[in-house]
Amino acid sequence: MLFSENFKIALRALRANKMRSVLTILGIVIGVATVVALLAIGNGATASITSSIQSGGSNLLTISPGRQQQMGPMAGQSRQVSHMYYADYQLLERGLKTNITAIVPVYQASYSVKFGDESFTSNVIGVMEAHKDVRSFTVAEGRFISDGDNKAQALVAVLGGTVAHDLFGDLSPLDKTFSINGVKFQVVGVLESKGASLGSPDDSIFIPIETGYKKLYGETALYNNKKTVNNILISVDDTAAMDTVSAQATYLLRRSHELKPSEEADFNVMSQADTLSTLNSVTQTLTIFLGAIAGISLLVGGIGIMNIMLVSVTERTKEIGLRKAVGATRNQILTQFLIETVTLSLLGGIIGILLGVGIALAFSVSGLISSVITADAILMAFFFALSIGVFFGLYPAMRAASLHPMVALRYE
Amino acid sequence: MIHAEGLTKVYQMGDNEVRALDGASFTIEKGEMVAIMGPSGSGKSTLMSIIGCLDVPSSGQYSLDGVSVESLGESGLAEVRGRKIGFVFQQFNLLARTSALENVMLPLTYAGISGKEREKRARAALERVGLGERTHHAPNELSGGQQQRVAIARAIVNEPTILLADEPTGALDSKTGVEIMDLFQRLHRENGQTVILVTHDAHVARHTERIIRISDGHIVSDEANPNPIQAGAPRNDE
Ligand SMILES: Nc1ncnc2c1ncn2[C@@H]1O[C@H](COP(=O)(O)OP(=O)(O)OP(=O)(O)O)[C@@H](O)[C@H]1O
Ligand SMILES: [Mg+2]
Repeated sequence: MLFSENFKIALRALRANKMRSVLTILGIVIGVATVVALLAIGNGATASITSSIQSGGSNLLTISPGRQQQMGPMAGQSRQVSHMYYADYQLLERGLKTNITAIVPVYQASYSVKFGDESFTSNVIGVMEAHKDVRSFTVAEGRFISDGDNKAQALVAVLGGTVAHDLFGDLSPLDKTFSINGVKFQVVGVLESKGASLGSPDDSIFIPIETGYKKLYGETALYNNKKTVNNILISVDDTAAMDTVSAQATYLLRRSHELKPSEEADFNVMSQADTLSTLNSVTQTLTIFLGAIAGISLLVGGIGIMNIMLVSVTERTKEIGLRKAVGATRNQILTQFLIETVTLSLLGGIIGILLGVGIALAFSVSGLISSVITADAILMAFFFALSIGVFFGLYPAMRAASLHPMVALRYE
Repeated sequence: MIHAEGLTKVYQMGDNEVRALDGASFTIEKGEMVAIMGPSGSGKSTLMSIIGCLDVPSSGQYSLDGVSVESLGESGLAEVRGRKIGFVFQQFNLLARTSALENVMLPLTYAGISGKEREKRARAALERVGLGERTHHAPNELSGGQQQRVAIARAIVNEPTILLADEPTGALDSKTGVEIMDLFQRLHRENGQTVILVTHDAHVARHTERIIRISDGHIVSDEANPNPIQAGAPRNDE
């Protein structure tokens, strides 16, 4: 008997019990939609984070305090086990000579900022002149923080695009005076927007780091009476020299921190490549975790289908008996019921794919995450649904096929 | 030709053995029209299922056109059912939500006959049972008598040599029952098909040429009925 005829029989049987069919495939729909949407969103997130990390420059080393590197969702809670000092920056500035474009310290903290009636909390970053080139910022208006500003401990600030707009609206921010934590600063420049990407300066305010230590940070920036920094950024002129520079920096810092060879370092030297690989391992773990959840939901969906098919076989005992009485073989009955289950699960799979793509697109349109839908993911979901149909359909189909033809005459 | 020798069918019910058939022997020639009668539980349906190759006997021999059924495997039996046997049931057993035409096409589908030919033959079979106009009605849009006609069309569509009917008039009123008997007699007369039907109703049985009575799985009488009633003639037993 032809496949198309079995398919017609299957569709008729499924139509006969519309509500039940819909409920039966719900598990598969949800499972497949989850897989498709998660993969699309995950791929999109990875792609955008990767590109934003790479746009930060592939020859940047970031030195940060801490015995452990913490990435991902728990990063905010990483325990602060050690400090980096302004003295560390000075040490590296003096000690590192070859292949270095620039070395800059960074001190950042949140402060309330105020202009007229406008007041909110913002990320304030103390920087040096070279910071602009190290992070590849572009100045839209005015100028960036200069070494002169640092020397003079000038009360000047450069604003990220979003902050400038939030604080001054449509007014031109240049030369305006606003306050950070009650201290008056004058705007000397505004940065070009980089969009919502990792390390974007849009939401930050930049001030001369020396001004910060003297006039803004106060005690909080001190530890054991020494000035602390959050990061030290090293821009290397040749990507091939990254490892050498990293090793030299590590050596200098270990020596000045008086670490024994067996001791773990109390700082981290990370390149963009390190950051990427850490990120990849995080996204991989997440993908496996979410994949397992989706897998369980598909499994449950499959069991649901099997359950309903077993009920259906019992209900249709008489029909099966009749088909056998008019000459259907065991294999023909087996095929018929298998195709019915596969049709169900494929239907669920297709609806699930459409739903998943819809969810992924909704994420893109909302601007949250630009999801990336790949043919691979859709094909995988499709074949997953197909194999669930075959796997969970086999047992009910075998039950149907092994019914005794006599039931046509007896079963009521 | 149907030949049975010492047919026995034993069902195991827990610790109890039920001997539904207990040594039944008989021969039915090609083209005969036979009624099987007997009280409820006497083994009539069991006998029909063995004749119709739905089941095989526990012991004894049964051969159909000289072929012993024990030698046929499960798929061999399915093929014989599809090719040589047409079954009619008391409850019609039509597929719900399926048109008369498609119900009649069912055996042809399993026999592997192509779409066009299938429809042509199914229409012809429906014509012969007088339902040429009702091909697209679903069972729930047909009367009991009409449903049984569809079932008979389905039974004859493969041009089987043997037509088996288990209480074909049992679910119908007597007038409709007579119309169905008329149809069986006509098929028997016009095509020379072997017709074997089970009935409780002595009047229905007298429409056939031979009446076999069974009780407790044994054949208790096997008599010719030289002057079968022609369907539609007035009843004379009440
Ligand atoms: N699958 C089975 N398992 C156990 N016992 C069975 C089975 N099928 C039939 N029987 C028994 O076999 C005996 C004969 O049954 P059968 O259906 O052949 O009777 P029948 O003559 O057709 O009865 P009726 O006129 O009520 O249809 C009965 O006692 C019945 O209970
Ligand atoms: Mg019976």
